[in-house]
Amino acid sequence: MNDLTPVQTQDADEVLQSCGRAPVGLLAELTHKCPLQCPYCSNPVELERANTELTTAEWQSVMRQAADLGVLQIHLSGGEPTARRDLEDIVKVAAEVGLYTNLITAGVLLTKERLAKLKDLGLDHVQLSIQDVDDANAERISAYKGGLQKKRDVGRWVKELDMPLTVNAPLHRANIENLPNIIDFAVELGAGRIEVAHVQYYAWALKNRAALMPSRAQVIKTAHIVEEAKERLKGIMTFDFVVPDYYAKTPKPCMGGWGRGIMNVTPSGRVLPCHAAESLPGLEFDNVREKTLRDIWINGQSFQKYRGFEWMKEPCQTCPKREFDYGGCRCQAFAMTGDATNTDPACSLSPVHSDFVKIAEEASKQEAPAFVYRRMAPVKAKAPAEA
Amino acid sequence: MSDVKQPRSRTIVSAASVLRMPPHIKLRHEAGRGRWIILGPERVFEPDEPAVAVLKRCDGVRSVTQIVQELSKEYDAPAAEIETDVIGMFQELADKGVVVAA
Repeated sequence: MNDLTPVQTQDADEVLQSCGRAPVGLLAELTHKCPLQCPYCSNPVELERANTELTTAEWQSVMRQAADLGVLQIHLSGGEPTARRDLEDIVKVAAEVGLYTNLITAGVLLTKERLAKLKDLGLDHVQLSIQDVDDANAERISAYKGGLQKKRDVGRWVKELDMPLTVNAPLHRANIENLPNIIDFAVELGAGRIEVAHVQYYAWALKNRAALMPSRAQVIKTAHIVEEAKERLKGIMTFDFVVPDYYAKTPKPCMGGWGRGIMNVTPSGRVLPCHAAESLPGLEFDNVREKTLRDIWINGQSFQKYRGFEWMKEPCQTCPKREFDYGGCRCQAFAMTGDATNTDPACSLSPVHSDFVKIAEEASKQEAPAFVYRRMAPVKAKAPAEA
Repeated sequence: MSDVKQPRSRTIVSAASVLRMPPHIKLRHEAGRGRWIILGPERVFEPDEPAVAVLKRCDGVRSVTQIVQELSKEYDAPAAEIETDVIGMFQELADKGVVVAA
């Protein structure tokens, strides 16, 4: 590829045919503000500031446009989405236009009254994150005091309001041995679903990889625990098990395929094909302040770039598994090889797969370094004060 | 290995069961996609035609037996044959949380 290579252009119908569908889900990062400081946060290391956030009316417009485009589910996330005082106004419009509304929250800012109001406005589902079920360890991981007790309260309110509850439990070296208790906690809280999610190493988690990476033996043990619990809890709680791809042989179908089912809107309105896409070079991200969601989904340069199979190199290009894994994760390919069109190093067919595995194995053997907590970078001294 | 308290129990579907979809499960025809879908917590299911026929009748009033009889008439098929399939389908849906005991 050189600078004179024309950018491949397709008209809208062609793209809709080639990607075959409208996005099923939209992740709306309403704000990057969060009272917790978890060292594996999926937000970018460069957090967006509150004064750049979309307004209430702009988010409401995103909801209307999403429904019009064919999005089915809206995931209201952050940061901590309940840190937005206008969450109710956004949920109201999302529900009115028929979107299935999912609140992804750490719970610590909620009150029962607010939750009841959100339910009345049409909120369909609550996903509550937990850091651990040991109070002191949960505090250490999140750098937030009293969080676990607050989460017990929130879980109880969700059930009292007869709403469905998912418990999201990111797993890593500092809580992995507690998995059986984490599962029990979710059952007792009344969750109908649990996400047992090994941390994915992007953004803050990549910064903290050495502190978070479990050993292969620990990971295998979690798979056995989940298998046993799934069988025992059949019809009571469903499981989503996200495996850490450093110890996998095949890559995950990242985002269900680039530009195929999911879009992500950042607090300031940038539209991304995945929440880590800003780590990749050569992508142009459109903003909902300037273009419609439909235009961005169909024609956006960043969505076109790795959509479908054309961009693939070997071993992906002729691999029969490309229909299932879409070549894995572009961000991981770039981080490890410097070229986002290479196969994901999590794939055993990648020439750097063994180096990738070695990173994990070696990190997990070292003594864990201290966490680098998720924090806003300090404001530069020259920045003028807000009026 | 774990002596967890199980405050809830699995719904076991039989011919006498009366089932319903909880309010957070939404069966809906998507005109844009030209098909029926079920929306649930962080899940989108794409039910096939028999599943749609069954779920449309799953109203918290009709029993599995009644649903089977209706389907037997509509599709002109022996009820005994349909019943096994419908119970199996409902059990699977119950385990996914799509239907619950009424």
